[in-house]
Amino acid sequence: MRALLLRDLMLAIRAGGGFGLGLAFFLIVTVLVPFGVGPQTELLSRIAPGILWIGALLACLLSLDRILALDWEDGSLDLLATAPLPMEGIVTIKALAHWITTGLPLVLAAPVLGVLLSLPVPAYQWVVISLAVGTPALSVIGTFGAALTVGLKRGGLLMSLLVLPLYVPTLIFGAEVARRGAEGLTVQTPLLLLAGISFGVIALLPFASAAVLRINLR
Amino acid sequence: MVLTVRDLAVTRGGLAILEGVSFDLNAGEALVLRGPNGIGKTTLLRSVAGLQPPEGGTVTGAEDQIAYAAHSDGLKAMLSVTENLKFWASVFGLSDIEPALIAFDLTELRNRMAGTLSAGQKRRLGLARLMVTGRPIWVLDEPTVSLDAASVALFAEAVRAHLQQGGSALMATHIDLGLDEARVLDLTPFKAAPRTRQMDEAFL
Repeated sequence: MRALLLRDLMLAIRAGGGFGLGLAFFLIVTVLVPFGVGPQTELLSRIAPGILWIGALLACLLSLDRILALDWEDGSLDLLATAPLPMEGIVTIKALAHWITTGLPLVLAAPVLGVLLSLPVPAYQWVVISLAVGTPALSVIGTFGAALTVGLKRGGLLMSLLVLPLYVPTLIFGAEVARRGAEGLTVQTPLLLLAGISFGVIALLPFASAAVLRINLR
Repeated sequence: MVLTVRDLAVTRGGLAILEGVSFDLNAGEALVLRGPNGIGKTTLLRSVAGLQPPEGGTVTGAEDQIAYAAHSDGLKAMLSVTENLKFWASVFGLSDIEPALIAFDLTELRNRMAGTLSAGQKRRLGLARLMVTGRPIWVLDEPTVSLDAASVALFAEAVRAHLQQGGSALMATHIDLGLDEARVLDLTPFKAAPRTRQMDEAFL
């Protein structure tokens, strides 16, 4: 399992890997939004938490089809399936590798990019906390979508359509934590719900992903 | 008896292609599957390897015993030869990759990226992977594709060494590997009879 994680991380960092793709997209979105909205700092700081969350979510979505499609194309997924690793473990590791290469950089970059959106000062910690709690859910749900569409030609579009609705609860509660934090309100309820979603999908979805992957490998 | 297959029936794309396939594989024995294109050699091997549930019949003794090599080698272009092999070795809980590198004459290529290897060299690396799995049953699908005569001889040597260590091999191949101990099973007689009734049921 550790070998698989290390290999995926190494592949992501090597040339042609997916590392930095989501981060670059996130950077572009947050840089362009102030230009689009215009020089209204007050409006900008009001929408900043939501923009950061939408940017992070789309950045995650961008790299989802790489999670399993690359391994499927070169045949390593078949070989992994016959290896002594449980399929549930394989998809969990894949999701973890995706989170480390995509979700974690987004969490770390969010406060820096928040400056560009004139994010209110009290919101910084809540944006980081909500992204840290919410992005693992995005990776795990995304791996499920990738498992559903692995092997389909041009499966990326179908996967986006399948995954986006599943992302909505995470987005709602994640952005709500950040918004309430920005306004100095109590964040306990949305934060707990967000954490609940994350832990729920981490606990359950690997089994679903493994099941659909087994069917797709036939 | 290492591997026992009884009355195996397999389907491809929803159509039954083989039925009633039975064979035994003992330790130290190689079985070569023959048959025209499309007869179902790959599908049969995938069923034996557990990637595809069979339509009927049983495969016993395959659980966690099989090292499977498909048409594609499962190599990562951006990892070196050593890194590719080390990865598979650690997945299967082993660490020594030197014998595999030597057996398939890859020692001089060890630091090359797998993406820069020729087709035949990639195939050799894909086959070297079998040696780092430590599994007793090798299930090989057209293992000699894109190999030259010298590499085929290397491969035959590796299979022979594996058989002598008490392993066994089940392979689909058209060329003669020069393995005297190999039995040949022609799959043509096991071709599934066309079943039109099933098709009707699908539309009713």
